[in-house]
Amino acid sequence: MPGAPAAAPRPRSSPRPRPRRGRGGFGRVLRAEWTKFRTVRGWVIGVIVAPLVTVGLGYLISSGITCSQGPHPCSAPVGPGGESVTDSFYFVHQALRGNGSITVRVTSLTGTAGPASSGGAGGQGTAGLQPWSKAGILIKAGTTPGSAYAAMLVTAGHGVRMQYDFTGDTAGLPGAASPASPRWLRLTRSGGTVTGYDSADGSHWVRAGTARLPGLPATVQAGLFAASPPPGQGPTAVHAAGPAEATATFDHIGLRGTWPAAVWTGTTAGADSGARQATGGFHRTGGTVTVSGSGDIAPAVGGLDGGMPLAETLTGAFAGLIALAVVAAMFVGAEYQRGLIAVTLAASPRRGQVLAAKAIVIGAVTFAAGLAGAAVAVLVGKRVLHAHGAFVAPASMLTQVRVVAGTAALLAVTAVLALALGSVLRRGADAVTAVIAGIVLPYLLAVATPLLPAAASDWLLRVTPAAAFAVQGTSVRYPQVSNAYLPFFGYYPLPPWTGFAVLCGYTALALALAAVLLRRRDA
Amino acid sequence: MSAALHAEWTKLRTLPGTGWLLLGVVAATVIISATVSASMGCSSAAACHADVTKLSLTGTYLGQAVVAIVAVLAVGGEYATGMIRTTLAATPRRTTLLAAKAGVVTAVTLVAGTLAVLGSLLAGRLILPGHGYTPANGYPVLSLANGTVLRAGAGTVLYLALIALLSLGIAAVVRDAAVAIGAVLGLLYLFPILTQVAGSPGVARHLQQIGPMTAGLEIQASTGLRSLPIGPWAGLGVLAAWAAAALLAGALVLRLRDA
Repeated sequence: MPGAPAAAPRPRSSPRPRPRRGRGGFGRVLRAEWTKFRTVRGWVIGVIVAPLVTVGLGYLISSGITCSQGPHPCSAPVGPGGESVTDSFYFVHQALRGNGSITVRVTSLTGTAGPASSGGAGGQGTAGLQPWSKAGILIKAGTTPGSAYAAMLVTAGHGVRMQYDFTGDTAGLPGAASPASPRWLRLTRSGGTVTGYDSADGSHWVRAGTARLPGLPATVQAGLFAASPPPGQGPTAVHAAGPAEATATFDHIGLRGTWPAAVWTGTTAGADSGARQATGGFHRTGGTVTVSGSGDIAPAVGGLDGGMPLAETLTGAFAGLIALAVVAAMFVGAEYQRGLIAVTLAASPRRGQVLAAKAIVIGAVTFAAGLAGAAVAVLVGKRVLHAHGAFVAPASMLTQVRVVAGTAALLAVTAVLALALGSVLRRGADAVTAVIAGIVLPYLLAVATPLLPAAASDWLLRVTPAAAFAVQGTSVRYPQVSNAYLPFFGYYPLPPWTGFAVLCGYTALALALAAVLLRRRDA
Repeated sequence: MSAALHAEWTKLRTLPGTGWLLLGVVAATVIISATVSASMGCSSAAACHADVTKLSLTGTYLGQAVVAIVAVLAVGGEYATGMIRTTLAATPRRTTLLAAKAGVVTAVTLVAGTLAVLGSLLAGRLILPGHGYTPANGYPVLSLANGTVLRAGAGTVLYLALIALLSLGIAAVVRDAAVAIGAVLGLLYLFPILTQVAGSPGVARHLQQIGPMTAGLEIQASTGLRSLPIGPWAGLGVLAAWAAAALLAGALVLRLRDA
């Protein structure tokens, strides 16, 4: 296209005339771009269609999910902190009224894992133990799943721990419990506070941690427990392998305070709440008690029992993203296609301003459209899922706001990226392809299909613009739960806003390149 | 028809972007395929269960997007510049025009696709044995003499040609290259993403059977053929049906609407 625009307000001898210091300035450029945008019917339709398909697809997906289908369970107990939890174990307990304490010595922890190992060497042994197989003493508000608790426990692979209210976890003595090297555990209740101690010899005690459990009733259930999470990682392994069981041997049981029942009761806690079958039992010989149990007392995580990630209601946003990227790329591509760019640059010779005005207009419009689409999709999706009895992983209001606003911001920044690439490549089709190949395709390869090895998926979600989908992540990693923390279950390698910053980085680079090229190149 | 073909060939050949785009098809496919092959690891026969033929052709996911650009520009570019009026004045029979466009776009895609597939398989053949995918671990070296690998490779070339025809048909309907490419890539990429969140396995399987990309790419499968949602050639047939429907719609719109 010919260089100096014919309608330039300054003589042709000056290739880039100094801007007129008139009224408006940048506001005028912004207004011009807004007028261009709103008067093209196809673009307005595109921006309206984007939230509609986001909501429509989200609705279709949600209404296809029912409680009995899919990898997610129908419900999970909710812990004191509002997170969904796994709370099934074997509990040998009696009531403790008021303040008191319980002390035990643990001399062994063994385990069996699933039907595969039962034909092995005698069943019992350390081979079937999982790293987080656990047994110990427990003070719990009641046997209702999700109720408050504090526990001192030995684990197979992580030493002695004090755990409380599902998310609390502090380390005590290292090493495993064995007849040669037993572990002494003590829990002391004083009002709303439970303190845990451990010892290697029963005389030198070290405080392992203190848990404040607000609302702990006057009479609590206290006693011995055992639990073992299932072996393997990921949902297929869980179902194939079946439950694992941990067995612990306790002696030197010492009780202080008021224990009115004076007799131990065995309960398979949470047997009817979880998706998995719970087993267990105990028997007593003199002062020695052996307890076996399956399950876990821990936060529920995605891929096991955590429920459906909230982001699944936003799957329709991919269609919205493509629609908005097309509109954004056309917003600048059409200028070159129609030759309007010559008029635009004649009217606003400061080229950086034109680019900035276009970016602001497209960013604001797509953010508004994305926010409307994402908010309605989440509200409608959650309502439909609840109506179908499906179970959405609980997320705090702040997290839900982050997911919705983050999705809208993701769509807006993607649109600006499409605009910048459209300005660099000058052809809408190329810009649209680059954006979709940069954002949708990595997500497809890393999250939606089980094709690539985990390391490659992880890498894709760190370095490509698709890292921004981390803003939709609601699943929390817990070090005290072994799990395949895969993107498929909503676990992204980067924290939410860091992932989003990767997309912003690409967009900033593209905008800078577009600004430089717009200044250097003939229009 | 031969005049129309010649005209379309001249237009496609002399556009400055075509050569670069076709080079892009080959480069995108081979680079992604080689990177994926290099990211694989297999330490022992029991530890890895990979469809190496399919993995060594992973670049098709990206290469098809560039193929789609070539195809949509063949139509959308003419509407953008107004060239379409001259073209239709020269070739008034619109079905002939669309057929000629389909012919030349298919021809260049077959050439670029063949190079892309050969490059990807060669990269896999050279890289994979170094990552534990050796005959000793139960993975014979990739070779076109193997019937399954040949089917996957030749099928991928046909797959890319069908993607070009699908894109051409959609571009003839919507007449704008940017909108057409959005529609094509949405159609290809959204099916597998929706499949992932579909509630029941039955619905997910059905979505995989009707999605143009999910069904079409089964042509690359070389292991677990019994558990595929749709057979390799049947899957390619599904994509062919999508392409035929798009071309038919494009031809109808071209006939019925003013240019």
